[in-house]
Amino acid sequence: MTLLSTRGLTKTFAGLQAVTNVDFDLPKGEVRALIGPNGAGKTTLVGMICGRLAPTSGTVTFEDRVITDLPAHKRVQLGIAYTFQITSVFPRLSVRENVALAARRHIPKPDVQAAVDSALERVGLKNRIDEDAGNLSYGHQRLLEIAMGFVQQPRLLILDEPTQGLADSEIESFKALINDLRKVTTILLIEHNMSVVMELADRVTVLNFGELLAEGTPQQIHENAEVQAAYLGKG
Amino acid sequence: MSETGRIIGLHLGLLALLFALQFVLPAYHHGNLARIMVLASYAIGYNILFGYTGLLSLGHALFFAAGMYGLSLTIQHAGFTAAPALLTGLIVGAAVSAALALLALRTAGVAFMIVTLMFAQAGYLTILYFAEYTRGDEGFVIQAAQRVLWGFDLSQPTNRYFAAFILFATCLLVSLTLVRTPFGRTLIAIRENEERVRMLGYNTFAHKLAAMIISGTISASAGAAYGLLFGYAGASFASVQYSIFPLLWVLLGGAGTVLGPFVGTLFMFYLIDLSSGITTAYMLIAGVTLVVLTLFAPQGLVGELRRRVWRWLP
Repeated sequence: MTLLSTRGLTKTFAGLQAVTNVDFDLPKGEVRALIGPNGAGKTTLVGMICGRLAPTSGTVTFEDRVITDLPAHKRVQLGIAYTFQITSVFPRLSVRENVALAARRHIPKPDVQAAVDSALERVGLKNRIDEDAGNLSYGHQRLLEIAMGFVQQPRLLILDEPTQGLADSEIESFKALINDLRKVTTILLIEHNMSVVMELADRVTVLNFGELLAEGTPQQIHENAEVQAAYLGKG
Repeated sequence: MSETGRIIGLHLGLLALLFALQFVLPAYHHGNLARIMVLASYAIGYNILFGYTGLLSLGHALFFAAGMYGLSLTIQHAGFTAAPALLTGLIVGAAVSAALALLALRTAGVAFMIVTLMFAQAGYLTILYFAEYTRGDEGFVIQAAQRVLWGFDLSQPTNRYFAAFILFATCLLVSLTLVRTPFGRTLIAIRENEERVRMLGYNTFAHKLAAMIISGTISASAGAAYGLLFGYAGASFASVQYSIFPLLWVLLGGAGTVLGPFVGTLFMFYLIDLSSGITTAYMLIAGVTLVVLTLFAPQGLVGELRRRVWRWLP
């Protein structure tokens, strides 16, 4: 069953075509990686999916409902969670309050604390719960951001370059976390780290110059000559 | 003691102290404190929008004046008694803040400051324009006979102090409760990072709208009470100066702290009062003190207290 699909999705910034005519389908339960060189339009594409950006033309459909005109907060309420490329936690609020804000909107009040505890346990930040989020290291802030994403129990979790700036050991625990989460939710992952993509993704979508270049299993993408030329480099 | 226990203890302790002070204070300070409590209520209203939601308004005099004129004009021209006039002041304040919020919240940052400032100036000019009813700058006195609320003559100092105390206590407890609810915590999060709150699925516009109406209505209640307790309504209360005052009080006391507005108002009131007793150039003393405070306690008095000692202060 298709969870999310876009048809003819296009975004133009002052004459520049950032995303052109993208038809994209994401089946339920899949971990999909979205890759492409810098400036390929990945963040713009997910921006239109989660409502941060209005498309110039085209439609977005989520669970058979056209959501192109819904404001971002309504899309989040439907179950699309987005974690930011540039870490965007609340630095002056406690780690607990950061996750509680994400949880409170849909979880009944008495259960919020337990949900917060379990989300932080999962990303390994339980022992930092009362610290201000701004005091966490960059890598820990990324993990906090991910915890804020999945505590919402989303139907679609969009992670925008989640491993950027993480240490190798942190990337390993991130992989384990995603393998845990894939049992309960669909994941769309923008990622530069090819080892993460190869290990985690069921399928990979490649964008280049705002257009869909290729789609397939990690192995197929790895062997695709066009992708190699555009993304991995010729040679 | 638990954190909640300490918070409740501190705030109720302040209220108990203010209640007790009326029996021991000399007449002069007794009158001052009544005025400070009303103005601090205005600052509490301002703090909800500025300190907790992060929206810097330069037009709160409009709400203060809406309450004041909603009360005083209906007493003066429609023959209302104090209670329905007070209610009218609150309703007018809520309506004006809702209308301004719907327009001003379409903007952000500097544009928000300018839009609120301009609307407040328009309000000020409207009061001057309708001088036939408002008597413009000169203003008008509300007679003692018209200032009787449920049998209590509010021109009488003890009743006035008590009424100011009830208003202040209500505003303080509303503010304290509000910032501890999920709604209040979402406002704080909007102050910190609005885009992130939106992407957590919250309707940030609706939250800011509600915050501005609550803030405006509390400010209007202070304006209405001021007219009722001190028996005067004049256009100067709608001037830009009265939009700057609550900003100053809140900044000095500590933006985003429940007690900050009271501490800031008290401090500023007595700073001017005491320095004007020493020299006619009292604004110089006040100014230097403010500069020193801004340099060494940029988070305000209560804000610094929270940063250094009592981390649990709401």
